[in-house]
Amino acid sequence: MTSFQIIITIAAVVLGTVLTRFLPYICFPQGKKTPRYITYLGKVLAPAVFGLLVIYCLRDVRFTGGTFGIPELVSIAVVVLTFLWKRQMLLSMASGTILYMILVQTVFR
Amino acid sequence: MNRFSTTRFKRVSAGRKAAPKDTKDSFRALKASFPLTLPVMAGYVFLGITYGILMVSQGLPPWLPVVTAAVIYTGSMEFLLADILVSSFHPFSAFATAVMVGARHLFYGISMLDKYRHMGWKKFYLIYTTSDETFAVNYSADIPENVDKSWFYFWVSLLDQAYWIAGAALGGLAGTLITFNTRGLDFVMTAMFVTIFMNQWLKDGEGFRHLFRNHISEFVGLLSSVLCLLLFSADRFIIPAMLLILGILTLFRKWIDTEPAAGQTPGKKGEER
Repeated sequence: MTSFQIIITIAAVVLGTVLTRFLPYICFPQGKKTPRYITYLGKVLAPAVFGLLVIYCLRDVRFTGGTFGIPELVSIAVVVLTFLWKRQMLLSMASGTILYMILVQTVFR
Repeated sequence: MNRFSTTRFKRVSAGRKAAPKDTKDSFRALKASFPLTLPVMAGYVFLGITYGILMVSQGLPPWLPVVTAAVIYTGSMEFLLADILVSSFHPFSAFATAVMVGARHLFYGISMLDKYRHMGWKKFYLIYTTSDETFAVNYSADIPENVDKSWFYFWVSLLDQAYWIAGAALGGLAGTLITFNTRGLDFVMTAMFVTIFMNQWLKDGEGFRHLFRNHISEFVGLLSSVLCLLLFSADRFIIPAMLLILGILTLFRKWIDTEPAAGQTPGKKGEER
């Protein structure tokens, strides 16, 4: 691609991304009353999306071969248990991540 | 513990000329928001470096990952862009890909419609910098009463974006100099989403009583995603999963929305504007 084509391509990608970000706010401006259905979605979508994001992070993990997803499952278990125990987000994230790094760098190479 | 019962306190400072008060508000919000962005910092700087290295390894100039990190600011799309930019010129397909990859922003927008109400001049920037992580942090944050919400959201958004740009710059300029073993560091993102998911779960009800009724959204999200991941390939399951989630939550709305014990519903009358 030429520099001009690169700029046009990036502009197209920016336009597409920005569209997805602004569309809900354009469709349901703050001055107008938001339809009841959308308010309902605004409340129930987020917990579901958090579940989706967790699965999204694990999309490339193979549970049928290789490490069988053991480092991921063990580390997630540690994150969940430490969070239930201490309710400290940073602590849970740090312990899970450090454990995962140790596992994939030593045991599950 | 109900996530919808927080009273929206009046922001006395917003829109006023009183600069010192506003500066104070801003600084207090920065202090409150910074710790919550630390895991994002670890994840974004690391992924940003990977992105910068990838772009440069494709033979593209090092300023390109920095600029795209700032203006596109969608990690998954930018990794695809590295391939798109070295193939033939198809702006419309690039646009379509961006819409597909960004489709989940629609869900984030709908979820934040209420929280990003009355944000003044910051609103445009808050919407522009919506990302998986920023949305997750801002949506789930329990902002203290004495902290200005608009400044809090603003700082989380700005810091996250700065981490991503800094990572891309580091990767683009000095990526080859990194020698310590970073393998597995990207798990910090997974860990963050797991804790945010757990946090949401506990907000919607603790214990095993009414387990399914209290956590219907969480179950729908997890199960739909797993099902679609099994049916479709790993890089194509997001849109079907979103449609399935939307479909189930719409189909069973009567049941979910009127159930008084469900975490989503109590106090909804009072919340309506």
